[in-house]
Amino acid sequence: MIPLIFFMPVLQLLVLSNAATYEIKNIKFNIVDYDQSHFSRELISKFTASNYFVLNDVSFSVENSEESFKKNQAKLIIHIPKDFEKNFRSQGLSGVQLVINAEDGSAAGIINNYALNITRDLNIDMAVESSVMPEPVPMINIDYSNWYNSELDYITYMVPGILVVLVTMIGTFLSGMNVVKEKEIGTIEQLNVSPIKKYQFITGKLMPFWFIGIGELAFGLLIGIIVFKIPMLGSPLIIFMLASVYMFVVLGMGLLISTLTNTQQQAMFIAWFFLVLFILMGGIFTPVESMPAWAQAIAYFNPVAQFNRAMRMIMLKGSGFKDVLPTLYFFIVYASVMMSLAVWRYRKTES
Amino acid sequence: MQNNFIIESENLTKKFGHFTAVDAISFSVKPGEIFGFLGANGAGKTTAMRMLCGLSIPTSGKATVAGFDVYKQTEQIKKNIGYMSQKFSLYDDLTITENINFYGGIYGLSKSKLKEKTEYLLDLLKIPEMHTGKLLVSLPLGWKQKLAFSVAIIHEPKIVFLDEPTGGVDPITRRQFWDMIYEASHNGVTVFVTTHYMDEAEYCNRVSMMVDGRIASLDTPYNLKKEYNAGNMHEVFVKIARGR
Repeated sequence: MIPLIFFMPVLQLLVLSNAATYEIKNIKFNIVDYDQSHFSRELISKFTASNYFVLNDVSFSVENSEESFKKNQAKLIIHIPKDFEKNFRSQGLSGVQLVINAEDGSAAGIINNYALNITRDLNIDMAVESSVMPEPVPMINIDYSNWYNSELDYITYMVPGILVVLVTMIGTFLSGMNVVKEKEIGTIEQLNVSPIKKYQFITGKLMPFWFIGIGELAFGLLIGIIVFKIPMLGSPLIIFMLASVYMFVVLGMGLLISTLTNTQQQAMFIAWFFLVLFILMGGIFTPVESMPAWAQAIAYFNPVAQFNRAMRMIMLKGSGFKDVLPTLYFFIVYASVMMSLAVWRYRKTES
Repeated sequence: MQNNFIIESENLTKKFGHFTAVDAISFSVKPGEIFGFLGANGAGKTTAMRMLCGLSIPTSGKATVAGFDVYKQTEQIKKNIGYMSQKFSLYDDLTITENINFYGGIYGLSKSKLKEKTEYLLDLLKIPEMHTGKLLVSLPLGWKQKLAFSVAIIHEPKIVFLDEPTGGVDPITRRQFWDMIYEASHNGVTVFVTTHYMDEAEYCNRVSMMVDGRIASLDTPYNLKKEYNAGNMHEVFVKIARGR
């Protein structure tokens, strides 16, 4: 069990943080070029030259090209109509159609963005070349500066979040399954008939998992910093201070679940229910800010969301103790409530 | 409160919804006695025992165990009793010594006392040294049950409750088990035991026969045999269970 507890998270960290990405690369696209002109070739070469697009197929029929959508071979069809260049030169206006496979809405949005950037580039080139516009149009040039994750590195953003997921899962499952397991095998009866105090029982049950959780976090942070070169701008001490209280939140939650259930199956089901909810609404994969207002209100009471936010603040922005103080207070209250409920629900004598 | 009884029960009742598991049972147990609690499966033996151990609050009636009330003083009762449940209740994934240390620790035994007890128990149970470091799961059931009993009385309680302690155990081990019970009784421990085995009933000082949550009969094995005109306890049991 111990090797498993440490092996699984490492694997998860390595796989998830590399695979779970919003960055879309190697988008396969088809060309349907009815124009076969200088401009159309220019457009195609701009797409193929970019890092994001890979040419899949060239054909002369949109219908044929659509077949490759259905076979999942392409995500984008660029349809260049006849007289593409001619219209541009004679009327100063011409069209090109981008057909995007939008099964996955967010991916389609990203593909759309990339494609628009490329066609805008071409627009400028063509305008200059054909001198339709004699003078440059006055424009506001916008300069970008990406703070805190200047290279927009996805792994940098993900690792803190995945560490939060790991610690949460370990805490909830280990504590959630443990007491129920004793109910199943019957050893709990032997403890309940002894004069052991409730707080002794619960401390004894939770301390090992607390240490495992904290150890796991330390281990994961090390891997994040060494293997993934994740920045650690803030103080690790603040992270561990938050984590030490956060562990009580998740352990208390697990313990509460196990006092409410009679079998490991039930406990597993309930634990999963809440974890999936907490993790999906935790702002790890999708930003909390883009959720509807009611979901954001719920997210406020989601410990995973709070810890995730704090982790990113500390690691990526170097936020200090004062910045995460509200989160710490929140955890203290949350942990107290969870633990009190768990202690209250745990009965040594049934009525 | 009379001091000549260590367990006293008066109309003790436990209901689960509309079902009455234990129906107004009254009895008293003397210190040092081996008190047998007999009955068919589902007669209410375990439920009655759980109430006396402070694991379950009665629905009505009165009872004291070692002078403590089963409603309000469950934790004091727990300090004074040992309990061995129907299910095997030691930790299979701990070694023999770890189990002894763990349960001894819960009852607050000092380190030196624990060490002394461990040596005594290993010697008593004739467990070879090579096995003491092994996980319990690898031991035969007979040894496990004897160990469980020893652990149940490790803190030298006034009363020990045994819920079908010899279920599934071979006759020789059962005999050894009862030797241990006799020794405990000899040392002044009151033994409250439920069983299915009618030969074991003969070993008790007094037995009570439970039928459908009520005590149908309570006396010494000798008197019961005479009363029901039976050759052995088995016949007594059959006669009572069938309602004569």
